[in-house]
Amino acid sequence: MTDVAHDHASSTGISNVKLGMWAFLGSECLLFGGLISTYMLYRGRVSGGPRPSQIFDIPFTSVSSFVLLMSSLTMVLAVSAAHKEDDRKTNLWLTVTALLGATFVGGQVYEFTAFYKEGLGFSTSLFGSSFYTLTGFHGVHVTVGIIMLMSLVGILKRSSVPGKKAEVVEMIGLYWHFVDIVWIIIFTLVYLIPV
Amino acid sequence: MTTNTAETKQEHGMSDAGYIRIAIILAAITGLEVSTYYVDFGVLFLPALLIMMVIKFVMVVSYFMHLKFDNKIFSFLFYAGLVLAVGVYAAFLATFKFFIQ
Repeated sequence: MTDVAHDHASSTGISNVKLGMWAFLGSECLLFGGLISTYMLYRGRVSGGPRPSQIFDIPFTSVSSFVLLMSSLTMVLAVSAAHKEDDRKTNLWLTVTALLGATFVGGQVYEFTAFYKEGLGFSTSLFGSSFYTLTGFHGVHVTVGIIMLMSLVGILKRSSVPGKKAEVVEMIGLYWHFVDIVWIIIFTLVYLIPV
Repeated sequence: MTTNTAETKQEHGMSDAGYIRIAIILAAITGLEVSTYYVDFGVLFLPALLIMMVIKFVMVVSYFMHLKFDNKIFSFLFYAGLVLAVGVYAAFLATFKFFIQ
């Protein structure tokens, strides 16, 4: 029974878990596509509140983006170590990835606080609502990723991972990289392209 | 059968050094993207920024997410979602005359 429960391969030889994860990521494209489109539509509707160019701190956000981008490197190194069955390096890289993710989220909290103090609340304007909704949803995704990473580190230390250990690390890696590619788009369309 | 190089590679991925090379390229492209905020690229500004964004996106998906090395059905699932999203929301934006401002 246990063997059956741990067997994720289908008759096609493709892992069901991986197939499910890619289908989920494909559907996430639609979620973020909607949020990004709504922001693009409303980014000029400031209703007397601050304009994007007045509040965005590009050097700060560039550093945050760089941190998240590098967390993708540490994540892929964790996946690589998991495939080599090197538990020590897997745990190390997963922890570093979570720390980089936490740095990014901390930067986002700081940024939101700064924007609020400069007069951009959630209901100040359509720009504010769509901006906070888009970047907030992304921040929640990063936070969920950090929780998954730290849970995985704890579970790996108890060596009680169901199924193939490397595949579990790889699935969380896929989610983490997706969060990174969404930020690649947000950074360009929201921060670098002026209204 | 096994050389040091082969041992450091995953069953369908790259070596760790390969991943680091990809990360360096991504960091360099990010630097170029940020430079567009300070340097006037004229009419090339928007196309250059969008092209760099797409390059970074494809590199992460292809190499870090292993889509380049994995079964094509995964590529189909992901890019189907992506193309559907881009198509639907491009049409949505077009109805609001977003592209003709």
